[in-house]
Amino acid sequence: MSEGAANDAEFPEPQHRFSSLTLVPKADEKLATKDFKSDQEVRWCPGCGDYAILAAFQGFLPELEIPRENLVIISGIGCSSRLPYYVNSYGMHSIHGRAPAIATGLAASRPDLSVWVITGDGDALSIGGNHLIHALRRNVNIKILLFNNRIYGLTKGQYSPTSEQGKITKSTPFGSLDTPFNPISLAIGAEAGFVARTIDSDRKHLTSVLRAAADHKGTAFVEIYQNCPIYNDDAFLPITEPGQREQRVVRLEHGEPIRFGSDAAFGLRAGRFGGLAAVPVAETDPGELISHDAHASDPSYAFALSRLDSSDFAHAPIGVFRDVERPSYDEEMSAQIEAARQKQGDGDLADLLTGSDTWQVG
Amino acid sequence: MTKQVQQLDRVIIRFAGDSGDGMQLAGDRFTQETATFGNDLSTLPNFPAEIRAPAGTLPGVSSFQLHFADHDILTPGDAPDVLVAMNPAALKANLDDVPRGADIIANTDEFTKRNLAKVGYETNPLEDGSLEAYRLHAIPITSVTVKALEDFDVTRKDAERAKNMFALGMLSWLYNRPVEGTIRYLESRFAARPAILAANKAAFQAGWNYGETTEAFSVQYEVKPAALAPGRYRNITGNTALAYGLVAASRRSGLPLFLGSYPITPASDILHELSKLKRFGVRTMQAEDEISGVGAALGASFGGGLGVSTTSGPGMCLKAETIGLAASVELPLVICDIQRAGPSTGMPTKTEQADLLMALFGRNGESPVAIVAPSTPADCFDTAMEAVRIAVKYRTPVIILSDGYLANGSEPWRIPSVDTLPKLRDEFKFASGNVVVDGADGPPFLPFQRDPQTLARPWAIPGTPGLEHRIGGIEKADVSGVISYDPDNHDKMVRLRQAKIDGIASDIAPVEVDDPDGSARVLVLGWGSTYGSIGAAVRRVRTAGGSVAQAHLRHLSPFPANLGDVLRSYDKVLVPEINLGQLALLLRGRYLVDVVSYNRVRGLPFRAAELANVIQDVMSNV
Repeated sequence: MSEGAANDAEFPEPQHRFSSLTLVPKADEKLATKDFKSDQEVRWCPGCGDYAILAAFQGFLPELEIPRENLVIISGIGCSSRLPYYVNSYGMHSIHGRAPAIATGLAASRPDLSVWVITGDGDALSIGGNHLIHALRRNVNIKILLFNNRIYGLTKGQYSPTSEQGKITKSTPFGSLDTPFNPISLAIGAEAGFVARTIDSDRKHLTSVLRAAADHKGTAFVEIYQNCPIYNDDAFLPITEPGQREQRVVRLEHGEPIRFGSDAAFGLRAGRFGGLAAVPVAETDPGELISHDAHASDPSYAFALSRLDSSDFAHAPIGVFRDVERPSYDEEMSAQIEAARQKQGDGDLADLLTGSDTWQVG
Repeated sequence: MTKQVQQLDRVIIRFAGDSGDGMQLAGDRFTQETATFGNDLSTLPNFPAEIRAPAGTLPGVSSFQLHFADHDILTPGDAPDVLVAMNPAALKANLDDVPRGADIIANTDEFTKRNLAKVGYETNPLEDGSLEAYRLHAIPITSVTVKALEDFDVTRKDAERAKNMFALGMLSWLYNRPVEGTIRYLESRFAARPAILAANKAAFQAGWNYGETTEAFSVQYEVKPAALAPGRYRNITGNTALAYGLVAASRRSGLPLFLGSYPITPASDILHELSKLKRFGVRTMQAEDEISGVGAALGASFGGGLGVSTTSGPGMCLKAETIGLAASVELPLVICDIQRAGPSTGMPTKTEQADLLMALFGRNGESPVAIVAPSTPADCFDTAMEAVRIAVKYRTPVIILSDGYLANGSEPWRIPSVDTLPKLRDEFKFASGNVVVDGADGPPFLPFQRDPQTLARPWAIPGTPGLEHRIGGIEKADVSGVISYDPDNHDKMVRLRQAKIDGIASDIAPVEVDDPDGSARVLVLGWGSTYGSIGAAVRRVRTAGGSVAQAHLRHLSPFPANLGDVLRSYDKVLVPEINLGQLALLLRGRYLVDVVSYNRVRGLPFRAAELANVIQDVMSNV
């Protein structure tokens, strides 16, 4: 460090590819996927979508080009939350629902770390719902990956806050009664700056979304549809099975016209009350067809996109719904400290303890 | 007019009024004047949880009691010598505590038919002779204040609001207090509002002049400065002292302070204080809830910071799971529980010490933590530093059990020199990175390989190369820290975690017994904020010729190593607590000593006179 300081002007620090890593050191050496595998045996059920997500995640991590020791993964409780054990970085498998809170304290006090939260639909949206929404509005520099399998797996098959209404499970033998959350709508409503969705079975897409999340300074929220082969198998079949998926998946690419259905015959047009309507491209005025704008500052558009979801997956948008930068919490917190030191000088403990009203005895 | 000056050795004043009358402010200022004058003092603010209860009602009464003396004192006093009653409700709510012969200063303007009826007075007590046993000073404080401010550019409402300054001026004259501090305070507080500043200064001066020139008071009192130990002093409340203790600990350990906190009475002032201290690198986060506050603090500790969370009883319930996680992953964490009356919401502004068993046992599984408790407002400073010392050295959660009385009460504090504060930097070090030799990694890092002396595990912080590891709430294998469901390993880990906490006993001061003539057969043992009341009671007994020993616990988990011997060396051990006998239960279970419990749970500190009687009773039964 000190040796390099004199030369800083001549040789500026290499720039990061990803804007969330501005304050994180660059790795000295090139790392490979294997460098991010821990010595622990991976223990999810055979066929679990978590394997695919872990593989994609580990495959992506070398792209960050940061030292392993500056990567921290914090998880809550649930099947997905076992992930930190399998990645050779710093990690904490914490308690149910609280990972965003713990990660917030870490990221707010250590801007030199890249902090990722691994959570699930029960962990993030049920027991930890409050921490999730406040992490999103607070915008501390953490990346939240929510594995959504629409079921409680670790507790062996109860319905979750994303299970479709009427779901028959062990705890709801007559069908579940409550309306599910739409995690994307929820995140947008909670003032999230970055909101995306991807699927465990599409590694290429998943990796591209991880890349985009890493490139967002502040809190990034990524919902990953994940298949649970034991308690909710084929929940996402309509959007993963060849033949069906082309009809249903709506891919969101910033700046590109939104097209879906056979032969990309459908597009989106502004509907009534601020919503979006699927319309045949051939029968619509081209000027009315929408191109995707992830940077739209008004969240209404991203919210309308999220409402294209329906329980039968008639339309399933995936990709980056919203990517709008604003100052991050950790950055602003550091700036307040810096400003206070500029204005008042570095704190003097003796002055603080003495205060302004004192008297002398003896 | 020259008035007679009477010497007193100590005085207890209680300012009482409606919660909008500014009694806490008047009390604070009088305290500061008294501190500057050099008396020893102790204070007891007592206010409703409602911000503005209906005006003139009993629930809306707010009071501030101050005890000051020419010698060292330990409590805010049992019974006021002077009651300032700004309205009928204040008189009615406080009269039972006022001994006959005491002075009562009443604001006659507020003793209207309507206000009297509000609190159930059928006749005006200032006129019906019911206060004959007291020295009543009936003064139209509001109207005199308004008249004094006639020529000022303030509304009638603002003029009326200055009546607390009039009362303060009057009392300042009566007890011959220095006034420069109050003038300075007003100048700074109302710097941006010159008209209000001028009015308040004038009201204050008018109060002083009223005392000096009218017949309302025939005597002026003088309480000489106390002979405190030499040094520079300031007045300090428990919450401020605790906040400063945390900052001092941060400076002396080199660890950046991170506070995760959710507002709760009576702990919020610590958050307020620390949020001002950004120039010390202090990060404060007002979290979305109690759980997040402590979670963020634990995250900061994982990152090598000094993670602290502040709360009161209901918040402690919510933090329990995270404290358990901290005990399991063995990271430093300081939790400040500023206890208040419970259960549930209880009485948020009233004091109690009934969270001891929750602090010790209120988590699932065997989940030992260290617990310390301050004994006086100023002691909150040292106790906070001690909590941090234990937390960072042993990598454990430490709970500080302060309470509402210590939090808001104040006393003179001899300002310590920074050089004399504990060097916490020497108490711990971060695990250092694994050196790569010839391209090969060194031996694997073992996150649960313990220090043989302290049994603390390595504090390996992210950013340190070669120490990448995963921790969590699942049981870990001894040494390696990998997930383990092995039965014998679990048994071993449960015992190791307990042994680590137990081992702290050899690293803390033994309990000291104050037994001046060595002949006492009764020991009074307390913990936390009862120190002052017990000490004052013990003095009374001794003054009356009795022989009694006193000891007070700062460390409640683990107990000091010599505690068992101390307990067994007395015929009777009396344990007064503001709960139903929580320490007593622990002492009986741990040491098989049949201690005598004395419990009152009124939301207020013990009265010294009451405890003195209890001590006499126990002594007479030995």
